Amino acid sequence: MIWIIIIGMALVTVIPRILPVFIVESVTFPKWMEKMLEAIPYAALGALIFPGIMGVIPNNAFAGIAGGVVAILLSYFRMHIILVVCGAIATVFLISSL
Amino acid sequence: METSFERNKRAIIRDGLIAGMPIVVGYLPIAIAYGVLAKQSGLTLMELTGMSLLVYAGAAQFMGAGMIGLGTGAIEIIIATFVLNFRHFVMSLSLMNRIRIFDKKWKLPLAMGLTDETFSVASIYGKQFNNKNGQYFYLTMMLSAYLSWVLGSLLGGLLGDVIPHSLSQSMGVALYAMFIGLLVPSIRKETKIVIIAVIAMVSNFIATPYLGQGWSIVLGTIVGAIAGVFVLREEGQA
Repeated sequence: MIWIIIIGMALVTVIPRILPVFIVESVTFPKWMEKMLEAIPYAALGALIFPGIMGVIPNNAFAGIAGGVVAILLSYFRMHIILVVCGAIATVFLISSL
Repeated sequence: METSFERNKRAIIRDGLIAGMPIVVGYLPIAIAYGVLAKQSGLTLMELTGMSLLVYAGAAQFMGAGMIGLGTGAIEIIIATFVLNFRHFVMSLSLMNRIRIFDKKWKLPLAMGLTDETFSVASIYGKQFNNKNGQYFYLTMMLSAYLSWVLGSLLGGLLGDVIPHSLSQSMGVALYAMFIGLLVPSIRKETKIVIIAVIAMVSNFIATPYLGQGWSIVLGTIVGAIAGVFVLREEGQA
C-alpha cells in the first residue's frame, strides 16, 4: 500500500514538472506572456521566502526574520551565497539558543 | 590532446557544482530530518529512500510521510501532494521557455530535476541559457541537489538524528537565505524587481489562511508575475 502511495505521489509531482516541455515545444507565447514567464523566478522567490521564513523555528517568528535580515545585508554587500547561507544559519542558531 | 570544447565543458561542470553547493548545504539537514520522521511514521528504509528517489519534493514528502503515519487514505495523500507541488508547473513553464535552444533530449531531465531551489538557481544563473554547453551547468547543479536529497534521506533513516536538533532546526533557514541571496543581487541590478517579489510575498501571505500553502504559493507567483508584465522593461533580460 505504501508503494502505491509513493508511486501516486511521484506521478502527480512529475507530470506538472514535465508537461511544460511539450507545451513550450508546441506553442509560441504572446509578448505579454513572455514577460510574465520572465518575471516568474522573481515572483516565485518572493512567494517562497515569505511568509515561510517566519516558521523556521516554530513559535519564534523573530528568529527566522532576523536570519532573513542578515541574509539581505550580507547579499547586499555582495558576499558569496555560501557566506549568506552560513551567516543566516549562525544568526538563527544564536537567537534560538538564547 | 584536449579540445577547447572539452575544456569548456569541464569548466561548466565545475561551475554547476559550485552553484549547487548552497542547495546541498540546505538539503542535507532537511533530508536527514525527513528520513528520521519517515522512519518514525512507519516507513521502511527502502520506502523512505524510494520516496526521495521517485517523488523528490521536500514539503510533500514530509506531509506524505506524516499522513501515512496517521493512517490517511492513499487518494487523500496523492491529492494533497498534487496541490502542494503544482507550483512546479508554473516554474517549469518559465524554465522551459528560457531553454528553448537546448536540445529536446536535455529538457526532460531538466524538467524532472526541477524543485523550488534548482529552479531558482537555474533562473538566476541565466547566462548559461545562451551557452551551447549550458545544459551541463544545469544538469550538474540539479544532479548534486538530487543526490544530496536522496543520500540525506537514507542517512536520516539509517542513523537517525546525526545533527543535533537545535542546529538542524537552525539550518532550516539555509534555503530561505539562499533564496534571498539569489533575489537581492537581481534587485540591485534592476530595482523594479523588488515590486514583483513584494507583491508575490503579500499575495501569498494574504491567501495562505484561505487557500492553504500549496495554492497560495501558486497564486502569489502568478500575481507577482502579472505585475512583472507592467514592471519589466521591454527587453528586460535581468
